[in-house]
Amino acid sequence: MDYAVVFLVTAGVFFLIVGTVGLWRLPDTYSRIQAVSKGSTFGGMLILLGLGLRSGLTCASLKLLLLLGLLGLTNATAAHVLGKEALQKKYPFAEGTYQWNYQGNEEV
Amino acid sequence: MSHFLLLVSVALVILIFIAFGRVLAGPGVLDRVLAFNQIGTTTVIVIAVIAQVFGETFFFDVALVYALISFLVTIGMGRYLEREDL
Repeated sequence: MDYAVVFLVTAGVFFLIVGTVGLWRLPDTYSRIQAVSKGSTFGGMLILLGLGLRSGLTCASLKLLLLLGLLGLTNATAAHVLGKEALQKKYPFAEGTYQWNYQGNEEV
Repeated sequence: MSHFLLLVSVALVILIFIAFGRVLAGPGVLDRVLAFNQIGTTTVIVIAVIAQVFGETFFFDVALVYALISFLVTIGMGRYLEREDL
């Protein structure tokens, strides 16, 4: 059981590091939104799953499960709002972005 | 096990500082809001890890409330910037 907890928490920390490095290194707002939403959601979910596995079937692990569901809902919604907002404000794309089928900003 | 979790929380605090660098340096307002969202998520996870280390189960309530408030801040900033011209 301990090995499973260590594996889950280490994988979660890895994904959080990937998300934060993406936030720091990627060139434009859209790719930063993508890196943060996926990396931090998945990493946080893995860490909370590991902690819940460690504490067993108690009230605390129920709260951890609630927190996990909340994390999945809120991060996705925040990423959606921020991405729509950036497109409306015409934030610049990075140099060399291939805007496949991108119709402009009229109907966002 | 407890030492491992303490090490994990220290690593997450270092990640919070990296994200705060993006808050200071971000070219647009939305970059700063996004970095604050990331800081909020990482803080929630740090609180949960610390609660697990010290065995204080009421810290999970703190983490829940913090997650809700962080979500409200992000959504509120997004809806506010929709009207303002920043």
